[in-house]
Amino acid sequence: MTMLAARLRSCFVVLVLVAGSVVPAAAEQKAGQADITDFTLANGMQVVVIPDRRAPIVTHMVWYKVGSADEPPGKSGIAHFFEHLMFKATKTYPEGAFDKAIAAIGGSNNAFTSYDYTAFYETVPPEALGEMMAFEADRMRNLILDDKTIVTERDVILEERRARVDNDPSSLLEEEVDATLWQNQPYRIPVIGWKQEIEKLDRADALTFYDHYYRPNNAILVVAGDVDAETVRALAEKSYGKLERGPDLPPRIRPVEPEQNTRRTVTLTDARVGEPSFSTQWVVPSYHTAKRGEAEALDLLSEILGGGPRSRLYQELVVRKKIATSAVASFQGSMLDDTNFAVYAEPRDGNSIADVEAATNAEVARIATGGVTEEELDRAKDRFIRSTVFARDRQDAMANMYGATLATGGTIEDITDWPDRIAKVTADQIMTAAARYLVPDRSVTGYLLPKTQVAN
Amino acid sequence: MEATPKPFHARLALGVATLFLSAFFLILPVLSARAAVAIQEVKSDKGVTAWLVEDYTVPIVAVRFAFDGGSTQDPPGKEGLANLMTGLFDEGAGDLDSDAFQTSLDDAGAEMSFNETRDAVYGSMRMLAERKDKAFDLLRLAVQHPRFDKAPIDRIRAQIVASIVSGERDPDAVAARKWAEAIYGGHPYSRSAQGTKESVASLTAEDLHALHKALFARGGLHVAVVGAIDAATLKRKLDEVFGDLPAEPALQAVPDAELKLGQRLEVNYDRPQTSLQLAYPGVPRDAPEFYAAALMNEILGGGTFTSRLFKEVRDKRGLAYSISSGLMNSEHSSSLVIGTATRSDRAAETLAVIRDVVKGMAGEGPTAEELAAAKAYTVGAYAINNLDSSASIASTLVELQIEGLGIDYMQRRAGYIDAVTLDEVKAVARKLLSVDPAVMIVGPPLPDGSKG
Repeated sequence: MTMLAARLRSCFVVLVLVAGSVVPAAAEQKAGQADITDFTLANGMQVVVIPDRRAPIVTHMVWYKVGSADEPPGKSGIAHFFEHLMFKATKTYPEGAFDKAIAAIGGSNNAFTSYDYTAFYETVPPEALGEMMAFEADRMRNLILDDKTIVTERDVILEERRARVDNDPSSLLEEEVDATLWQNQPYRIPVIGWKQEIEKLDRADALTFYDHYYRPNNAILVVAGDVDAETVRALAEKSYGKLERGPDLPPRIRPVEPEQNTRRTVTLTDARVGEPSFSTQWVVPSYHTAKRGEAEALDLLSEILGGGPRSRLYQELVVRKKIATSAVASFQGSMLDDTNFAVYAEPRDGNSIADVEAATNAEVARIATGGVTEEELDRAKDRFIRSTVFARDRQDAMANMYGATLATGGTIEDITDWPDRIAKVTADQIMTAAARYLVPDRSVTGYLLPKTQVAN
Repeated sequence: MEATPKPFHARLALGVATLFLSAFFLILPVLSARAAVAIQEVKSDKGVTAWLVEDYTVPIVAVRFAFDGGSTQDPPGKEGLANLMTGLFDEGAGDLDSDAFQTSLDDAGAEMSFNETRDAVYGSMRMLAERKDKAFDLLRLAVQHPRFDKAPIDRIRAQIVASIVSGERDPDAVAARKWAEAIYGGHPYSRSAQGTKESVASLTAEDLHALHKALFARGGLHVAVVGAIDAATLKRKLDEVFGDLPAEPALQAVPDAELKLGQRLEVNYDRPQTSLQLAYPGVPRDAPEFYAAALMNEILGGGTFTSRLFKEVRDKRGLAYSISSGLMNSEHSSSLVIGTATRSDRAAETLAVIRDVVKGMAGEGPTAEELAAAKAYTVGAYAINNLDSSASIASTLVELQIEGLGIDYMQRRAGYIDAVTLDEVKAVARKLLSVDPAVMIVGPPLPDGSKG
């Protein structure tokens, strides 16, 4: 459940937001919405333009359809490592020239890696868009990597791994839960990679990865902000358009899960843990793998079950029974392959994990057998649909939404139609989804315990 | 798997803007001419003033406001009071109990949040323009008539206590408390805003009502509104929400803090990564050399990937993933803080590299080229960092009011930055960075002799 940023600053954003609760795959409203334009360059690079003329700012992003789940066996972490290496010298520019050019205009930039994609972005005044494209197109093909650069940057990502994982018991547990939930799918491997494999990544691994995936026909350009589609097209033709199309990549067909028939538990006891907590996870379809309407039902299910203070888990466990300090649910919809649905809770002083877990399971079962009310459903739909209006206030959020959807097998229509599809979900569909997927005997529960406490 | 990673989620945007502004509000505004935002000053009949940016592109309204007096106003022994209070404004107000209030808020399609810093209590609301009457009415209730009922107090208290207990075991949280106590001594800034288990257990509804009454007054109020609303409508809303509050707050005076630097603090914990923090003196926001200090900090370890510390510690040596410096300005203290996390077996080396970079900056200062680049960045970054959404514009405008910088500040700021000379930056570097800093080390003990 990780997305990694190359450099610290935006990583704050990621961390803060991840700490929040559940998220619908927000989409935008059709009514009154500025026109989204999309086209494809001759070399196969996809382009999406999202105008937002309120302030003289543009967000320029290049998304590569490759993430950690595409890595070869034994090379975990190469996708993220390579993302870092993209900030190094090219045949055209010395190391740091791109960062310097961005700083000179007060811009900001960063990059991030997830299971299914890797993205690079710059937020700059619109006059600089052409320059950003020139730099970004240059590093898509012209990177120079020497051994010294590789070794130093590998130390940086090992430090990043220590900061994110080793220093944080909940991250350590999350890695182990993922490795248990996924018996076959590559989502079992952490985005940042296993330490012993990161330590061995070398120049040859990096170059192979670069040659294979960093091609215009494997990339999506997303530009949001104070610019029109024709300007973007002209600038993109002059920069990205000059790049040679790479060999066609095979379809992204990865190992999928076998039938799961066991209930598994993973326990981490750590002296740094103050309060115990647990989470239970299930394998469920994503927007890309689900039958039409099923992912939408799972999204609404997570909202009604544990999407905030009005949700059943919060109301029942935190407000009425007073046995938990927090209780939430989440569904990660924008994934290329099957994804996970999770519930999480923390007992309130003196209450046992077992009681809180039983109460959580009871709420899940209550929806699986009794469904949800029309009122709950209408309220959840209203929250989702208004979130699409609020999303339009942030051009970076809009750019991220389009990039992530397109990089995980979705289309622009999937985003623009989303509110309509949400509106059509019935209470029955939600009950069916809960009954079908949230089965205790096909789950993984992770326990995070203080060193003094005995499990259950 | 992070899929639709939360960054895409608009609902949390307010919180993020808040975090950046309150925690890292160092590099203040400047705009290129084109980026100028049209700010109107709106004064209501009852004398409540707000800064308004009218914009109908997206049918939403973002409201941000602050009342002077934050966690420093917690009475002794009642640490955590302001923090608890900010958790309770959407938990019942007027005739509506917690459940009824939250149901109404959901009906209104609005999101409300409160938080406190050491110096102020902040509120934010984001609403759909078409349902704004109902949303403003709920804000009125929350601001004027919070209930502080027992059930929500106990529930939110339990959440805070859980967080305090977790912090007791977390070496970085332990270090943060130790740091505040050591640096600020007996000053109110040394106290935990969250409070202690004992102090939080002692908080009552009467305490909450007393603090609310003392802080929520028109005299210490700063308001900004951005979005689909006109000045005439806003005037009425300002009176509804804030007009009947007392004229002046009843604030406890807080003295300026004397930072205790020149000390070394350690929290020993066996782990593979060591956190390092160094504190030097800072510069008050209203000091003449503020802009020189801000530019010097930018060159030393500021917001770009081109800073000296980033280059030396990360790019050249691979010693850390994160390394930065920042000017930490509160109402009663200022400091320059450098922070990083580095592999424990080379922590002494990292500390030495940082010391060396600082020494170089204190001795020779930046080059003319570095200063020119820092000026260009600082001028240009303003719009991108502060004006990229309704919520961040509203936050920025409230900070400008708190700092007393004036409604036309954005037009003046570039001039202040351009006027800074190389000699002024050198002088401020020497003044701040020649001082023996406070150093915090969280990790295994450093080998003997590594004096840092």
